[in-house]
Amino acid sequence: MPDKAQFLWIYEAMEKARYYEDTMAAVYMEGKQPKFDIGAGPVPGEMHLSAGQEPCAAAVCVHLRPDDTVTATHRPHHAAIAKGVDLKKMTAEIFGKKAGLAGGRGGHMHLLDPAVNFACSGIIAQGAGPAVGAALAAKLKGSDAVAVSYVGEGAANQGGFHEALNLAGLWKLPVIFVIEDNAWGISVPKSKSTAVPGNAVRAAGYAMPGHHVADNDTLALFEIAEEAVARARRGEGPSLIEVETYRYYGHFQGDPELYRPKGEVEALKAKDPIVRFRKSMLESGVTAEEADAVLARAKREVDEAFAFARAADYPAPEEALTHVFA
Amino acid sequence: MSSNRQLTVSRAISEAIAQEMRVDPSVFVMGEDIGTYGGIFGATGGLLAEFGEERVRDTPIAETGFIGAGVGAAMAGMRPIVELMFVDFFGVCMDAIYNLAAKNVYFSGGNCKVPLVIMTATGGGYCDAGQHSQTLHATFAHLPGLKVVAPSNAYDAKGLMAAAIRDDSPVMFMFHKGLQGLAWMASPEEAATAVPEESYTLPFGQARVVRSGKDVTLVALSMMVHRAMEAAAALEKQGIEAEVIDLRTLVPLDRETVLKSVAKTGRLVVVDEDYRSFGLTAEIVASIAEEDPRLLKAPPRRLAVPDVPIPYSRPMEQFVLPNAETIAAAARATLGKAA
Repeated sequence: MPDKAQFLWIYEAMEKARYYEDTMAAVYMEGKQPKFDIGAGPVPGEMHLSAGQEPCAAAVCVHLRPDDTVTATHRPHHAAIAKGVDLKKMTAEIFGKKAGLAGGRGGHMHLLDPAVNFACSGIIAQGAGPAVGAALAAKLKGSDAVAVSYVGEGAANQGGFHEALNLAGLWKLPVIFVIEDNAWGISVPKSKSTAVPGNAVRAAGYAMPGHHVADNDTLALFEIAEEAVARARRGEGPSLIEVETYRYYGHFQGDPELYRPKGEVEALKAKDPIVRFRKSMLESGVTAEEADAVLARAKREVDEAFAFARAADYPAPEEALTHVFA
Repeated sequence: MSSNRQLTVSRAISEAIAQEMRVDPSVFVMGEDIGTYGGIFGATGGLLAEFGEERVRDTPIAETGFIGAGVGAAMAGMRPIVELMFVDFFGVCMDAIYNLAAKNVYFSGGNCKVPLVIMTATGGGYCDAGQHSQTLHATFAHLPGLKVVAPSNAYDAKGLMAAAIRDDSPVMFMFHKGLQGLAWMASPEEAATAVPEESYTLPFGQARVVRSGKDVTLVALSMMVHRAMEAAAALEKQGIEAEVIDLRTLVPLDRETVLKSVAKTGRLVVVDEDYRSFGLTAEIVASIAEEDPRLLKAPPRRLAVPDVPIPYSRPMEQFVLPNAETIAAAARATLGKAA
């Protein structure tokens, strides 16, 4: 079980991520109404929101240190928040501003923050190899740092995923592969993309333990991730954790989601993981006042980040030409 | 009858595929989200309903596997159309494309056919950043054994897709997202055109003179044809008559039409949404230089992405993409006029 500080940390990270995504969903529609144009508004381009997937980020990253590495997916905000990426710089990046992590060059799918060893990419499963590399670097340097590779259940069918698992298993590297199984690869359900019912069994092919977390259970994931991270730090090798999680929004904002069964999202929201976690936290002795205080702080921080990003300047057009090489 | 029936590019592509599927049972489609969703960019809309899951197959996110499978199926007598959702994703499946699809005809001394169409979305301009906005025309055109098609409008898209499906060699069919006529992405009105209902093919390697002019030749393809036409309209107001050429295919490349035009105008601007160096713009200029550099009365100009990844932020992205103003300025420069 988490101690009190861990309870509050996880709760704050999850509430912050949820409020961030709900805020982003509203901001994203600015300039896109009444006619939706993906290239219009203060936040243009594709937008993949992670509301519902917060446990995957918070219940794992609570066990991490700044020198541990996280590679996340094209749906990265919750993981970036839980890893401690500077929220103002991250938001400014998503607004395409000069004050952003990359001065507006990367955008929401390309958040790289070396201060906390966080990276993400828009190419499916291609964070797995770099996580193996970060773990290899830690081992070669004699550090007990670990790496966490987030992938979706769709990515678990990519060659890059399987090659990375094999390397990590072969070299007993300190990697934790976390599959955020939200059941949908854009419009394709797992049952139509994956030859086995669940991905935890695939760990057996790569000489590592495979864990399954049912129904987006934050506390269950906390326990499993704690052991996986400890095992990695002890030099005993990688683990695979498959988390059944929820995707509340579409694949991207503007996705008509005609493929999605009616009522599915409502049913998921009825068992919202943050609500369940808060209940457990209060039962453990944390007071409602303490919970509300971190909730208020989380929202304030998000509001401040959005205000910062809005007020920030755009880069000069010619800045596009810089930073191609190191 | 509706001989003036207008179609978007996405509908024109899906219609061409459907018509080929009706007459040829060896034609089938696979890719990510091409079934129920109808393709993220609409290129396979309606196909699942008509042909069913056996011939319209949603795949896992596994391009190495399913594009490799496309090669194998093509060599085994089928005519697969495989969608690579964004061309930027080619990195995870390039071996199947350039070492297998592109080379197996040659490796067999012509004894094998690889009638595979790889259909893929290109282009930026809507702030989708550097892994979802590239065109990569030259990356594929550079590799021997691949035919490369990049239409600018619905009429061409339908005829070129039908030709691609019937071709016994692998064809990269590169459609621009911003020309598809999607409800959620801006598209030039001119991209949607009158499209005959009956099936037809357009030959590869035949450029189209979209607009005649005597003063300067603007060579483009895909989205940049529309930008060049906007530039030509602006130039006309200044008394400059630009000739606009839509190459339509990179491989084979219609050098003759370009040479003929430059022989007339003596001035050349080449526009491409791909990276500048080692690409289409250099290839066109080299064609003139090799044939007869004296055709040019002024140094040619090239407009393309200036060898940087496509930036996310709107002001930077717009800066790196050629547009009507930069094209018109380059055209004026070839005429010795101030930008």
